[in-house]
Amino acid sequence: MIPAEFDYVAPATVEEVVRALTEAGEDAKVMAGGQSLIPVLRMRLAAPNVVVDLSNLSELTGVRDDGDSLLIGAMTTHYEVQRDHLVRDHARLLAVATDTVADPQVRHRGTFGGALVHADPAGDLPAPALAMDATMVIVGPGGRREVPAREFFVDYFTTVLEPDELLVDVRVPKLTGWSAHYEKFNRVAQAWSIVAVAAAVRVTDGTIAEARVALTNMGPTPVRATGVEEALVGQPATAESINAAAARAAEGTNPTTDGNADAEFRSHLARVLTGRALTAAVGA
Amino acid sequence: MTATAEPEIGRARLRKEDARLITGDTRWTDNIQMAGMLHMAVLRSPMAHAKITGIDVTAAAAMPGVLLVLTGEDVAAEQGSLPCAWPITEDMLAPPAPSLAVDEVNFAGEGVAVVIARSDYEAHDALAAIDVEYDELPVVLDMEAAVADGADLVHPDLGTNKSATWVFDSAEAGTGADVDQAIADAEVTVTRTFRQQRLIPAFMEPRSVVVDPGGGSITMWSATQVPHILRWMLAAVLGIPEHKVRVIAPDVGGGFGGKLQVTPEEVLTLLVARRLGKPVKWTESRTESMLSAHHGRDQIQQLTVTARRDGTVTGLKVDLLADMGAYLRLVTPGVPILGAFMFNAIYKFPAYRFTCVNVFTNKVPTDAYRGAGRPEATFAIERLMDELAVELGMEPMELRRKNWIKHEEFPFTTVCGLTYDSGNYEAATDRAMELFGYDELRQEQARRRESGDPVQLGIGISTFTEMCGLAPSRVLGSLRYGAGGWEHAAIRMLPTGKVELITGTSPHGQGHETAWSQIVADRLGVPFEDVEVLHGDTQSSHKGMDSYGSRSLAVGGTAIVLAADKVLAKARTLAAHLMECSESDVEFASGQFSVRGTGTSTALGDVVLAAHVAHNLPDGMEPGMDAECTFDPTNFSFPHGTHLCATEVDTETGAVKIRSYVCVDDIGEVVNPLIVEGQVHGGLAQGIAQALFEEAVHDESGTLTTATLADYLLPSAADLPHFTTDRTVTPADSNPLGVKGVGEAGTIASTPAVVNAVIDAVRHLGVDDVEMPCTPMRVWKAVHQGKERGVPTTPVAAGGLGSIDAQGGAE
Repeated sequence: MIPAEFDYVAPATVEEVVRALTEAGEDAKVMAGGQSLIPVLRMRLAAPNVVVDLSNLSELTGVRDDGDSLLIGAMTTHYEVQRDHLVRDHARLLAVATDTVADPQVRHRGTFGGALVHADPAGDLPAPALAMDATMVIVGPGGRREVPAREFFVDYFTTVLEPDELLVDVRVPKLTGWSAHYEKFNRVAQAWSIVAVAAAVRVTDGTIAEARVALTNMGPTPVRATGVEEALVGQPATAESINAAAARAAEGTNPTTDGNADAEFRSHLARVLTGRALTAAVGA
Repeated sequence: MTATAEPEIGRARLRKEDARLITGDTRWTDNIQMAGMLHMAVLRSPMAHAKITGIDVTAAAAMPGVLLVLTGEDVAAEQGSLPCAWPITEDMLAPPAPSLAVDEVNFAGEGVAVVIARSDYEAHDALAAIDVEYDELPVVLDMEAAVADGADLVHPDLGTNKSATWVFDSAEAGTGADVDQAIADAEVTVTRTFRQQRLIPAFMEPRSVVVDPGGGSITMWSATQVPHILRWMLAAVLGIPEHKVRVIAPDVGGGFGGKLQVTPEEVLTLLVARRLGKPVKWTESRTESMLSAHHGRDQIQQLTVTARRDGTVTGLKVDLLADMGAYLRLVTPGVPILGAFMFNAIYKFPAYRFTCVNVFTNKVPTDAYRGAGRPEATFAIERLMDELAVELGMEPMELRRKNWIKHEEFPFTTVCGLTYDSGNYEAATDRAMELFGYDELRQEQARRRESGDPVQLGIGISTFTEMCGLAPSRVLGSLRYGAGGWEHAAIRMLPTGKVELITGTSPHGQGHETAWSQIVADRLGVPFEDVEVLHGDTQSSHKGMDSYGSRSLAVGGTAIVLAADKVLAKARTLAAHLMECSESDVEFASGQFSVRGTGTSTALGDVVLAAHVAHNLPDGMEPGMDAECTFDPTNFSFPHGTHLCATEVDTETGAVKIRSYVCVDDIGEVVNPLIVEGQVHGGLAQGIAQALFEEAVHDESGTLTTATLADYLLPSAADLPHFTTDRTVTPADSNPLGVKGVGEAGTIASTPAVVNAVIDAVRHLGVDDVEMPCTPMRVWKAVHQGKERGVPTTPVAAGGLGSIDAQGGAE
C-alpha cells in the first residue's frame, strides 16, 4: 500500500487552488477529506502528479442560512453535517442519509463536497442531493457557475467538473417541515450501499402533497424515481398508496450486477426499499 | 516472595500483554529498523496459469534507489522447493513449489520477480517497470471439472489434477461396520452436497519479514505463528546449517492458521539479504496478503447418512473434494484429513467411510485456517443431522439426543478409533436450551409461519466436538505428518526469586503471557507479577512446536506444570536439607516449605537463592533450581458444546439478522475465564462470518475479485449479535490441568448453527439449502425460486463425486 510519487500543495484560498489546478492540467487530484483518494493512491489505482489538499480552506466549511436554501461548504465534514441544526431542521433527508455513511472515523474526516465530487454510484450522498434538487456552486478560472444536481452527475465516478474547477458550496433548498428517511441496504455496517433509497415527503392532512425519491446504486449515477413521485402526489399517506407507488421504483433505472446483487435483485430491492423508506418517512 | 491471595488458576485477570499490543508500544516486525536496511517488493503474476516467455528487468534495474532485480531464473539454483510437511499418502503427487516462479505461473498472485531498493517506495515504483511476457495456459478453477476425464491440467507433468486420495473405512480399520452394508440395509437414507467456500484468514497484521545476514549467522524476524518450524524448514529447504539460523517471532498480530506457513517471501527475503550482505525487509499490503497468503476451507462435501425410522443412525459415508490450490504448502494436504475423524462428531455411528480427493486448481494454495478440517466436518454433519430430522419428521435436538454418546458412556471409542476421554453433552445442551428459551422461540416461530410474517424466525442447532491439543506424536506419525506434537517448557528460577518461563508455544494474540504466568504463579506460589514469559525466539526458546490447533494450553500448559513440578521436587529436597528434616515431613503451600507439625518454614525464594549460591547443597545436587520438561500427550482433547442460534430472515430482501446466539462450551478446566470469553467471541465472529459474509471469489480468468476488505466482507461488532456464553466443566482426563483448548471452538461450532437457523426460517417456503455465505441475494433467490435451487433429497449416485469413486481408486 505504497503510493507512487506525487507533489503536494496545500493552498490557503480558493483562488490559489484554482491556479494550482490550472497549472497542473489533467494530472492533479484534489484532496478533501481523503477518505476515497488516499486508498486509491495507496493501491496505485490513481497516480496524479500533484495532490491539491484543501484542508487549509476553512472558508469552505460550515452551513449557512441563505433564505430559501442552505449553503453547505464543500469541506464540511459528514460529522458536522450530521450535527448541524440547520440541516436537521431544513434538510432532514441529508442529515439522516449522512448518519449512514461508513463509520464514525470516516465521518470525522470525510466531507460532503468530497463525497459528491467522488460520484461513487454506491455513495450515500448523491441521491439525497438529487432528491433535494441541490445546486453545486463551482469556481474555475472563468469564475463561478451553478449546476443543478440532476446535471452534475455524469457517469461512474464522473461529474461535470472540469479538471481546473472546484466545488465550493452546495446550495440545498430548504424542505422545512418535510419528513424524510434514507433506507440503506448493505451486508456489513461499514460497506457501501447495495441499493439505498432517499425519500422526503410533505404530508398535509393525511395527503401526500409533495414527494421526492432518489435511488443510490441503481445505475452509474443517482436516479430520481419520478414515477414513484408522480404516483404519490395527491394520494393518501397510506400503505396502499405507498406500495402502489413503490412498485414503480425500478422504472428507468439501469442497475449493474456485482457480487452482492444482480440487476434483477437490485430492481427488486429498489421497490422494497422504496416502500420502506416512504413508510418510515410518512410515519416519522 | 509473598503468597498469592486467591487461586491464580480460574482467575479472570486482565491480559498483561494488552497495553503494549493495543498501544503499539512494542516491536511488530514492520517496526524493525536496521542501519542500511533495504526493502524488497514482489512483482506478482496477474495471470492464473501461463508460461513465462520473457522478463525484461533492464528498466527497473536502472531506476533510482534500485540495487537488485531478481527473477525466478536468477534464484532457481538456490531457492529449493517450499516444504510440504504432510505427505498424506505414499503416492501423493506434489509439484515443485518455487518461491519465485521460474518458467510457469500457476495462480494469480504468484511471485515472478523481486526488486530490492533503498526504500519501500523505490522498490514499488520499480515493479511497474518490469516487463513480463506471458503465454496463457488453460485455467483450472472448478474442482469437479478438474477431476473429470480430459480436464485441463494445472501441472501437466503430473498427468492428473488429483494430488492424492485418502480413505478411512471403519470396516477395514476394524473400528466399525461396513458402510455399504449400512446403506443397503437402511430404512432411511439422506444424501446432501455442501460447499465449503474458500476463505481468507485475514489476520490483522499483514505478514512481514526482516532478515539480518550479518555476524556470520542469519537472523530472521517474521510475523509467523511457527518460528521453530520455520527455522527447521529454512535449513531443510535452503541447506543452511540450522545452527546458523535464528528465527524470531516478535509480537505477532493474529494468524488464525494463516501464519502457520513457510512462505515464499521468507525464503526470498533471506536469499536476497544473504546475497547483498545487508538487512532486508519485506512487508505486504492487504491486497498482496489476500492474493498470495494461503487461503482456507474450499471443499465440496457429499454425505450420505443412513438411519432407522426411529432415528437411530446406522452409517455415514463422506466423499470430499478438497481444493489444494496450485501447490502443496506446509500442511495443505493434511487439512481435510484433520476433519476425517470429526464427521462422526458426537454421534454413535456404527459404520463410517471417509474418502477425500485432493485436487489441484490454479488458485493460491489452501492450508490451515482456524479449525482446519474440523469446521468443515462439523458444518457438514450438523447440517446433515437437520436434514435427517426433517426426513424423519423428528425434532432436530431429539434426533441428536438419541444418537449422541451419553455422559455415562465415556471414555468412548468412536467409529474412527479415537477415544473421547470425557464429556457431558446432556449438561451443555440442557443449559443452552434453557438460556436460549428454546421452547418459547419454537412457539414464536410457529406463530410467524402461521401469520405469514414477512420476517420469519429460524432456530439453528450445532452440537459439536473437536479434537484438539495437537497432538500425540505417535498418532501424527501414523498419519504421515512430518513432525511431533510435543511441547516444551523451561523454568528459570532467578536468584532474586523472579521467574522466567520459556515456552515453545508461540502466541500471536492469545494471551499466553498472562495465562502461562497464572499457571506458574499457581504452581510455585509466586506472585503473578514475578513471572516473565519468554517466547518466539529460537535462541532463548530453543525447543518448541509452536501454536496452532488449540494445542498451546493442553500441551504447552502441561509442559509448564510438569516443569514447575520438577522445580518443586528439587526445592523440596533442598528445603529438607536446609531445615534439617526428612523430605517426607516437608509440606509445600503458597510458596512456603514447612516442616509438618512444627513452626519451622522457609520460603521458596530462600531455597532458590540457596540453590543459586550453592554454598550448602546436599551431596550430588547440581547448583540452581531451573527445570524443563518436554511433554508429549497421550491423547487429543475433545472440547464440546451446544450452540443455538435464532435468525430473523427477511423474506422480502433475503437479509439475515441474528436475533440471539447462545453457546455453552465445555472446554474442561479454565485458567483465565476472561481469555476464554475473548477466544469464544472471536471464534464465533469468524464462524458466523463464514455463514453470512466471507467468500473468496475468482472470476473465470482466475483473478481474485475479493482482494480488498471492501469486497471481502469481515463483520464488525455492529454486524454481530450479543453473545450469551456459558460453560459446563467436564475436566479432560488427558492432562493434569484438565484443560481441553478453546482457540477454535467458536469457529467450529457457529457456522452450522447459523446456516441451520437460516434454512429453518424458510424451510416451509421450500428451501432446504443455501450456499455459504448466505447472502441476501442467495437467500432471496432460494425463497422465491424455491425448489429449483434446492439439492435433491434422495441419494445421488451419478455425476460429480459419484463418478470419482469409479475413477479415483476411492473404492
